[in-house]
Amino acid sequence: MSNATLVPEARKISTEPRRSDKVFRGIVTTGGLSSLVILGLIALFLAYRGYEVLQQEGLGFITKAEWAITTDDAGNVLESHFGLSAMLVGTILCSLVAVVIALPISVFSALFLNFYAPNWMKKILIAIVDMMAAFPSILFGIWGFLVLMPSVEYWGKLINKYLGWIPLFEVKPYFFTRSPFVAGVVLAIMIIPIITSVSREIFAQAPLDRIQAAFALGATRWAMIKAVVIPHGRSGVIGGAMLGLGRAMGETVAVYTVLNIVFQINWHVLLGAGGNVASLIILKFGEASPYEIKALMAAGLILFLLTLVVNALANVIVKSTGKSGR
Amino acid sequence: MIQTPESEKEMTSSAQPSSLASVANAKSPRTQPTKATGTGLETRGIHAWFGKNHVLSNVNLEFAAGSVTALIGPSGCGKSTFIRTINRMHEFIPGAAMAGEVLLDGKDVYAPGVDVTKIRLQIGMVFQKPNPFPSMTIGENVLSGIKLAQLKVENKDELLEECLVRAGLWNEVKDRLNTHGGSLSGGQQQRLCIARALAVRPQVLLMDEPCSALDPGSTLRIEETIRELSDTMTIVIVTHNMQQAARVSDYTAFFLSDGGPGEMIEVSRTSEIFSQPKDQRTENYVTGRFG
Repeated sequence: MSNATLVPEARKISTEPRRSDKVFRGIVTTGGLSSLVILGLIALFLAYRGYEVLQQEGLGFITKAEWAITTDDAGNVLESHFGLSAMLVGTILCSLVAVVIALPISVFSALFLNFYAPNWMKKILIAIVDMMAAFPSILFGIWGFLVLMPSVEYWGKLINKYLGWIPLFEVKPYFFTRSPFVAGVVLAIMIIPIITSVSREIFAQAPLDRIQAAFALGATRWAMIKAVVIPHGRSGVIGGAMLGLGRAMGETVAVYTVLNIVFQINWHVLLGAGGNVASLIILKFGEASPYEIKALMAAGLILFLLTLVVNALANVIVKSTGKSGR
Repeated sequence: MIQTPESEKEMTSSAQPSSLASVANAKSPRTQPTKATGTGLETRGIHAWFGKNHVLSNVNLEFAAGSVTALIGPSGCGKSTFIRTINRMHEFIPGAAMAGEVLLDGKDVYAPGVDVTKIRLQIGMVFQKPNPFPSMTIGENVLSGIKLAQLKVENKDELLEECLVRAGLWNEVKDRLNTHGGSLSGGQQQRLCIARALAVRPQVLLMDEPCSALDPGSTLRIEETIRELSDTMTIVIVTHNMQQAARVSDYTAFFLSDGGPGEMIEVSRTSEIFSQPKDQRTENYVTGRFG
């Protein structure tokens, strides 16, 4: 009798997949893992090539701000000092400026495209925004250098005049040309398309029943967007901003064209001095000695890690703010 | 004419017209006049189109203040489209067009210069699928209309409690007003949506199959709520459930489409629609002998 109430052990549940399922799983797994493998190989390559320099410089490689190498006539290294801190600060500064400028513009463009633009205009604008994403960055750089810089310098002077008491906007000596701010503005224009695209996609997926609920409660369009669309899309928009930030941090040519590369830690965003890691690499790569190349590889590795850290941080931020409204 | 699954269900559960009529008669007679304000709602010559597709033709209906009117008819006959023209939700659908007048207290809601958000505050709506805002707490959901329309309220806590009590949800949620609406059951979510609609104090409440996704217990609870609400507001309810129409409504309008645009065939006191309909097609539908 007591057997009837005996609780059995849970059964092992398994299934034998069909051959076609196995094949497809294999293909998909290969695809999924290949990006991971490629990324890992690149990191390994950079670490291997840069190891010697990293070992020699130690922590100084990311805390010091200098880049000097002297060799004798035979090409043997006599003395070398490599420190990336100025470039790291420049990388962070430029890309932050870019995201701060690009994010609101992109979000508003995406909202306009989804909820305000008439249908014919929507199609044209989406095509243009997507085209902007494919635009060669050197052209952005040249345009930024020749056209944008004078105006942006003027804006920089205005910011300095009225907000100069904030340390970030201090400019001493009084030199505005080719500042991280100018580079940031150029980068902002480059990353607007990607953030706009991602935001537009996520906003378009805002659930219709909740949109209707908001309208049925007498919401204006903007009130509806605040109550439904933005809570729904927030984490996606942050994701898009991270993509943009990643692109801004890794951008080489445009920054190289615009920014004044100086080995001096510069937190003053309007002051014409700085640089970023990627533009350093392109600046030095052409005429680098074999040992300096190793230093540049190490710099690449650091940039790679910085990107990873920033993305991980962003993930933490997205998760901790929670309440995503999905 | 193709029968919908809903109407088949109706056939098996209530084949006798007299039983529906007795349900309709069993309601306590309305004590007139009600506390509902305004002179009610009237539609004149409503037509509706989706693109070139003419879906609704010449609907003329009057809804007395404080009455409950049920709209019945097979799927695709334009009932939902019709109530969405009343609070101007119809125009959200790309390509949607309409003709005719919707008069609220004698004023056309489609008149030029009318602020559509104000219309929707006066004519509230409850949807088929419960759609609380998941990013808001239960309390915030109820008061979301106040915030969305930027209305001023003296005592929010009082309003919150009043609306939840009237929607029949207060006792179930009073201890967890700060939790999220997604934690509620489907029936509770729908009552939360009713409470939310009540908070902006509409004169008219439109309900588009509010119980079709709910279990019988929740359905009964919402029907009680509808009876109570009709003391203070005009209610128009679309339903596929004829028992429900018989239970909650004072008047019933029958809609039908014979392949062309949907039309309003007959409107009458609910007890009459179910006991002695004037139109043969109405009788066929309410008795389940359809087409």
